[in-house]
Parts: sequence; structure tokens; C-alpha cells
Amino acid sequence: MTDLSQALAPARPRLAGRLKLALCIFALMAAVPPLAHALGEPFLIVVATRMMVFAIAALSLDLILGYGAMVSFGHAAYLGFGAYAVAVLSRAGIDDLFLHLLAGIAASAVFAALTGAISLRTRGVYFIMITLAFGQMAFFFFVSFSTLGGDDGVALTARSTVLGMPLLQGAQGMFYVTLALLVLVFAGLYRLTLSRFGRVLTGTRESALRMQAIGFRPFPYQLTAYVIAGCLCSIAGVLLANQAIYVSPAYMSWHRSGEMIVMLVLGGIGSLTGAMVGGLVTIALEEGLARYSEHWRLGFGLILVLVALFSPGGLSGLLRRLGLGRDAT
Amino acid sequence: MTAPLLSVQNLSKSYGALKVTQDVSLDVREGRIHAIIGPNGAGKTTLISQLSGQLRPDSGRVVYDGRDITRLDMAGRVRLGLARSFQLTTLLPGFTALENVALAVQAREGSSFRFLRPAATEGALNDQAMACLADVGLADRARSQAGSLSHGEKRQLELAVALATRPRLLLLDEPLAGTGHEEAARLIAMFGGLKDRVTMVLIEHDMNAVFALADTVSVLVYGRIVASGSPAEVRADARVRAAYLGEEAA
Ligand SMILES: Nc1ncnc2c1ncn2[C@@H]1O[C@H](COP(=O)(O)OP(=O)(O)OP(=O)(O)O)[C@@H](O)[C@H]1O
Ligand SMILES: [Mg+2]
Repeated sequence: MTDLSQALAPARPRLAGRLKLALCIFALMAAVPPLAHALGEPFLIVVATRMMVFAIAALSLDLILGYGAMVSFGHAAYLGFGAYAVAVLSRAGIDDLFLHLLAGIAASAVFAALTGAISLRTRGVYFIMITLAFGQMAFFFFVSFSTLGGDDGVALTARSTVLGMPLLQGAQGMFYVTLALLVLVFAGLYRLTLSRFGRVLTGTRESALRMQAIGFRPFPYQLTAYVIAGCLCSIAGVLLANQAIYVSPAYMSWHRSGEMIVMLVLGGIGSLTGAMVGGLVTIALEEGLARYSEHWRLGFGLILVLVALFSPGGLSGLLRRLGLGRDAT
Repeated sequence: MTAPLLSVQNLSKSYGALKVTQDVSLDVREGRIHAIIGPNGAGKTTLISQLSGQLRPDSGRVVYDGRDITRLDMAGRVRLGLARSFQLTTLLPGFTALENVALAVQAREGSSFRFLRPAATEGALNDQAMACLADVGLADRARSQAGSLSHGEKRQLELAVALATRPRLLLLDEPLAGTGHEEAARLIAMFGGLKDRVTMVLIEHDMNAVFALADTVSVLVYGRIVASGSPAEVRADARVRAAYLGEEAA
């Protein structure tokens, strides 16, 4: 037998590269607040916070879309569950961030388990359509929720507190809490995708037939991933509500769901780092281009087409080819 | 006489007007190699797919170890020890050879609802997977992506994955097709050595392999078994010569 330890040394060299890229991004983001102050543009902190919120959302979608090949077109619903958890609880006098997170996660878990169990009976384009339908159901549920502002949404009186402290009140506090959660979500997903569970999920993506032929029934694993993705996305929802101090059904419209898929395509699917890059860049472009022209979507579309044409691995694939986060081999 | 490990009873299946399996019955006893031969398109792969649970027969029964498994799905049958290799390789192309096999080990050993520990660091998974790779002569390719292996190597990996499920009955669909002369000889020797532990249903066009390994040979033509017996009997059978071996000689 050949030397086992040598055969296993770096289990997947590819991983080291993407981890490096992720660390660079975290370091870069951490430097934003002092930089923004130095530049006299504190508004950048707010923009960067929004970027990271959607990076979390995109990461959660990457788990099911990138690793599980489950193309959900209703993922924005979970942004809504997180956001409305903040609105409902703070109205009831509960302001704690952890309870808000817990409520958003719990609601998402229930919704994802129910709708996922049904959606996963279908494949391909039917899966896309049925997740879209469930997403729209959640959307219209909150639209008709008149005590919470219905269509118009509802303004929050204040941001969530952390153990009684108004940690999120300032832009900087809001920023670093978001960054911390982004790092946590990334690290958790990174481990998960390498775990036994992650292998089953990825294996099913590559060949469901092969998985059955070695004794796996993919459904429970896919459903679990679907629930985890929903729960993680609700964290982004809680943060979004806090950042805007406002909650509206627009967070969970199908446009948002579509935009999240665009983020993944832009950044690169199935590597986590790509999803993060996609989420960050999409919002940065959205905010940046919107300043120059109301037709900014045109410019964004153009960029997307260019990436799709010239860099199949998305922006993260491009960065890798440029030497950033290149394979160690 | 002991009951057969696998008993196929009056199995039939049609694709529209095409009867791919016609009233097939056969018994496979534990510790034997039962070869199924027949011309291209005879319905051999379709038969294996019904035995492995990938396809449902229209009628008939499949009894394994005294238990009716006709309605059991593929994963359920694998857990009972009934594994198959595919004629058209069905591997996970983005996984390394070792990861392909380790996943099969993982399927039967411990829960896969483990979320944090990297599977690549599980020595027990890797050691067993490596042993299976060594059995088929693929140890030196452990770290290569399955998608980048040569055709013959994919066939070997296909076998390593099937072995990693620790089968009691192994359904082999043309395991030698596409392998080089040396690998084929190695695999034939391996099947011979496995015989004590694993019962096999072997579909193979390589007649040397069939006659060297098989205890029983069944001949399938147009979905129907036209002859069954020891290799010597089947070789002597006039209908077989006409229907199949004759074609080969011609
Ligand atoms: N899904 C399907 N739909 C319709 N016809 C099919 C289907 N699968 C197989 N067939 C037909 O059934 C017949 C038997 O096919 P099968 O693959 O079982 O043959 P085989 O004996 O394995 O052949 P080979 O030696 O070429 O592997 C063929 O005529 C084939 O065209
Ligand atoms: Mg065949």
C-alpha cells in the first residue's frame, strides 16, 4: 500500500486557497470603519454593513444551491422571517438580539422544514417554481399583515440590544456585530461542507444514483441542508431590519430571491468564498452605480454578462486565476 | 440443500412493446459466481437494474436471503448487502478516488449527520477506503479526481466503491470492459479470491473470464433465459451455440 499519510496530506489543496481569500476579505472589511472615518465618509460604514448582510444571505443560499444543487427561488422569505422576528418581538417589548435571532431562526426552521419537505419531492425547474410559490406565499402573508404595516412595512423604534446594551445603536457597533456574524456563518459553513454531512450533500449533487448505490437516501440530508440554509439566512434578515431600522415585505419579494441567485453567479457557485464575494460586490455595485445613474441596473447587467462570458467560476474564480487565493499545489 | 441467497422468480419488464425481461427465473447460491451472458441488447443491464432496485419489474419477485425485496429501494438493498457496479461508470467526478470510496464506507459506518469534523481527518474512513483501492490496484491514484481517471481506472474505482459497501452479493455489470489486459487479469484473480466471502452475479462479454470464474452460466437472449447450467453444459448447448456463441465464432 502506498504511504497513506502522504496520500492524505492536504486533503484538498483547493480549499487552502479559498480560505486565504476569505481571510483577506475579513481583514479588508475590518479596516473599513477606521478608513471611512479617515476619509471623512462615515456613510461607507453603512454601505459596508449592508454588503456584509447580503454576503451572509448569499452564503446561506450557496449551501443549498452551490453544494446541494437545489436552486431555490424563494430564499428571500427567510430574510423576511428574520426581519419580522425583530419587528414582532420589539413591539412586544422584547429587544434582545439573541432572542430576535432565536425567533427568526425558529420561524425559518419551521417554514423551511414544511415547504422543503414538499419542494424536495420535485426536481429541476419544478423545484425552482415551487420554492418561488412558497416564497410568494410568505411575502403575501406579511403584505396582508396590517398590524405590521402591511404593504408599507413598519419602522422600528430602536435597534436590538445585546444583553441589555445598545451595542448596535451606532453605525460602528452595527458594523462589527455584522462582521462577527459573517465570520461565524462562513466558518460554520466551511466546516460543514467538509464534514460527513457535507460530503453526502455534495455527493448527491454530483450523482444521486451513485449515492443510492452506496446506500444513501438523499432526502433527509437535502432537507436538513434546506433548513440550515433558511435559518442562516434569517440571521441576515435580523441584521437587515436592524441596519435599516425598518421592516417591509419588500425584503422577501421574488426580486430579492432572484438577486441572491445573481450574487452567487457573479461571485462563483459552490465555494462559499464566491458567494461572499458575490454578495459584497453586488450590493457595492448597487449602491455605487445607483449614485451615478438611475439606470444602474443596465450597468450591473453588463458586468454580469461579462463575468458569465469570461469567468465561468465567477469573480472568485477570476481572483484565483489572478493569483489571489491560488491553489497551494 | 440450502436455500439460495438470491431467488429471482418470473421477472418481467417491458418498455412499451419491447419485452426486455421475459419471465426470468434464476437462483444464485451463496458463495457462487453466477454468470449471465448474452448478445448486446439482450436485457442484461436491465435485469441487473431490477435486482439492484434501480428499476421496478412489471411482475415477478426478487427474494434475497429469504426476504421479498421486490419493493425495496436501491439504498435499502445496499444496506442488506446487495451492491452493484455500473456498466456505465457512475462515480462522483469532483471527488478524489479515495473520497469516492470513503463515502461508501461512511454510508455503512456511523451517522452521516455529523456537521463539524472534516471527513478527510477520519482515519477509519480513509484506511478502509485505501484498502479497497489497493484491492483493485488503484492505491497510487487515491488522490486523483475520479473525473480525471482513465476509462480502465474508472472501472477499477467502480469496483472499489462496490466492495467498500461490504457486499454479501455483488452484481457486476461488465466489470472488465475497457480495462487493459493486465488489469483484467488482476481483477479476474481478485474475483476468484473474493468468492469465499462474496456471492457474485457476473455479466461479462469476456468468455475466458466467464468460463474461468463461473459456477453457473445463464444465457439471456431477447430478455429470456434460453439456457442455464455449468460452463461445460452451456458451452455444449446447441441453442446457445446458435444464439450466442455461434455469433461470436462467426
Ligand atoms: N429506458 C429504456 N427505454 C426503452 N428501451 C430501453 C431502455 N433501457 C434499455 N432499453 C432497451 O432494452 C434492451 C435491453 O437493454 P440492456 O441495456 O438491458 O441490454 P444489455 O444486455 O445490457 O446490452 P449490452 O450488452 O449492450 O450492455 C435494449 O434493446 C435497449 O435498447
Ligand atoms: Mg448492458
